[in-house]
Amino acid sequence: MHPILEALLLSAGYNSALVAIGAGLLGAAAGAVGTFLFLRKRSLVSDAISHATLPGIGLAFILMVALGGDGRNLLGLMAGSAVTAWLGLTLVEWASRRTRLAEDAAIGAVLSVFFGFGIVLLTVIQGMSAGKQAGLQGYLLGSTAGMLLQDAVVIAVGGLLAAAVVVLLRRPMTLVSFDPEFAAAAGYDVRRIDLAMLGLVMAVTVVGLKLVGLVLIVALLIIPPVTARFWTNRSDVAVLLSAAFGAVSGYVGSSISASAPDLPTGPIIVLSCFALFAVSLLFAPDRGVVASLVRHRRFQLKVHRRQGLLALAHGEPIYDRLTLSVLKRGGYLRPDGVPTDLGRDQAAHAYWDERRWEVARRIHQAEALAGRYDGLTPMEAVFTADEIAAIDRQLGPVSPAGRT
Amino acid sequence: MGADFVQLSLTPILIGVLAAVACAIPGNFLILRRQALIGDAISHVVLPGIVLAFLVTGSLGTWPVLAGAAGAAVVAALMIEAIKRLGRIEPGAAMGVTFTSLFALGVLILEQSDTSTVHLDVEHALYGNLESLIWLDATGWESLIDPTALTLMPPELIRMAAVTLLVGALAAVFWRPLKISTFDEGFATAVGIPTRGLGFALVIVSALAAVAAFDAVGSIIVIAMFVCPPAAARMMTDSLERQVGWSIVFAALSAFLGYVIAGYGLTWFGIRAAVSGAGMIATVSGVILALACLFGPHRSRIGAPSAS
Repeated sequence: MHPILEALLLSAGYNSALVAIGAGLLGAAAGAVGTFLFLRKRSLVSDAISHATLPGIGLAFILMVALGGDGRNLLGLMAGSAVTAWLGLTLVEWASRRTRLAEDAAIGAVLSVFFGFGIVLLTVIQGMSAGKQAGLQGYLLGSTAGMLLQDAVVIAVGGLLAAAVVVLLRRPMTLVSFDPEFAAAAGYDVRRIDLAMLGLVMAVTVVGLKLVGLVLIVALLIIPPVTARFWTNRSDVAVLLSAAFGAVSGYVGSSISASAPDLPTGPIIVLSCFALFAVSLLFAPDRGVVASLVRHRRFQLKVHRRQGLLALAHGEPIYDRLTLSVLKRGGYLRPDGVPTDLGRDQAAHAYWDERRWEVARRIHQAEALAGRYDGLTPMEAVFTADEIAAIDRQLGPVSPAGRT
Repeated sequence: MGADFVQLSLTPILIGVLAAVACAIPGNFLILRRQALIGDAISHVVLPGIVLAFLVTGSLGTWPVLAGAAGAAVVAALMIEAIKRLGRIEPGAAMGVTFTSLFALGVLILEQSDTSTVHLDVEHALYGNLESLIWLDATGWESLIDPTALTLMPPELIRMAAVTLLVGALAAVFWRPLKISTFDEGFATAVGIPTRGLGFALVIVSALAAVAAFDAVGSIIVIAMFVCPPAAARMMTDSLERQVGWSIVFAALSAFLGYVIAGYGLTWFGIRAAVSGAGMIATVSGVILALACLFGPHRSRIGAPSAS
């Protein structure tokens, strides 16, 4: 069996199967939490949180070694990273509330300074125990190589817990993301819900550190929600879709990465996310690029048809290539450019519609109905039959172009 | 402070200071325009550009690196714009999608290709190697007036100096339109300033500063210097002229102090360990920013709710 297929079917060994399941759960939790962050327009706060974990990892390592333990204990490193991530988050909140710094500047400052200090600590560790810190570099970009069974269990359980909390808090978080003022008026503590949301982001980040790495974990929080946004306008559907996209990316990404030596886990998971995103960007039914191109083309053809018919009614020559081909394909023009009977008929109809609209806009000046005039909508779609009759009375005797 | 210092520390400090200043100057405008994270995005996306440039040309010379990085920056800018417009996605998220995927692509290509012959790896890209930019041919302070020794200075120094001068000169030449369009875009358009072109040019200049600095000192310094010194300077004054002045001082101070502490600081405590200069420079800039946030005379937001 092909190694990728083998890994996808969970038959490439117990450890990598567990890692793949853990990555899927983590992806689902990240996708769901990220959706709320995205709706709140604060996606990049996660970048500050993830970079702020690095000094925590370093400090936890130093502390554990100083206490005589193994510095690479995953739970210990996770606890340390949570502490500094929380500190970084608090600083972002404080700086953007209490000083004149905008939130983006606060995010940039926290992420670069914490990350820089983390690098300082990593070099200190390198100096104090040569060789032992090799495992810590893996936290930058993620690695599953040499992952212990207990690490995989921690990731799987962590992902599951985060997903469960999302399910519990989904209603208040949705409310706050859409309308914080209303949520506050309805008696929710917006600040606390925001903090819970960011706490979840932090939990996902900390759990995902070992797997995806702190530089790229933000991708799991940002890309799936953006992908889901292409497919739906409903927030509950978006959360589910985003969780599904995250789960698929995590699962497939870590499986592919486990199948060959030179495929780093974090980047592969991120690129799986991006592949789903690219497909959605192109092919999503309403917001996708292909769909909007088709819509644009249809609109263009409609405008050319209408303007061509009006030109026929006025007896004006038509030079525009597209207009000519639209009219010919519609059977309104013969190949030599002479209007057919159908063409004359439709031209007279379009002309009459235009005249009616002129009157309608004069009568209903202040009304929204008249604002519906766009040169394309037929009169009958907007006005009732007796309104049209009234308009026709204003138009007086039948016009030279005739009416249909 | 003898011959050792000139040989081992003078050039890294100078390069660090120049890189910090080159990033801090455009950073002033970026933070006022709420585009502070552009530096973050740029420093992530240059990695795939540099890796691809290396794979195509087989060298890490100045021009391939600059071309690759600039190409990647342009691709990223187009991608962000496309995602924003086509998907009607808010700019922050569009930026997040773009820079994480491009960075992941860069790492993947790097891991897949054989770059063992040159100094190119992810760690280097993240925190550079300021300490290696030494001036081996210097014999002491007198080398500064010795033409043969001067020609053997690390090429990064000349490059960084040129970019810093260019950035400074551009800021001086376009000062008025930049200032007006940063504070009041509508008014700027009304008096005939091409605001969109100017905004794009600002991003390009930032990318240039970022690429030059990235090559020498890694991406942490780039991100930190785009944000921290200008942000700290903003706490000190309400005048843009003085803010830029303060930011240059803070940037230079961070670079100098950071490098010195990294190189000598720990030996004062009796620890013999080499510490990342780039990381320490970022840390010092953060300490300066924290002090400015706590004690700067203009730290509070005008009209902000007093306490909540």
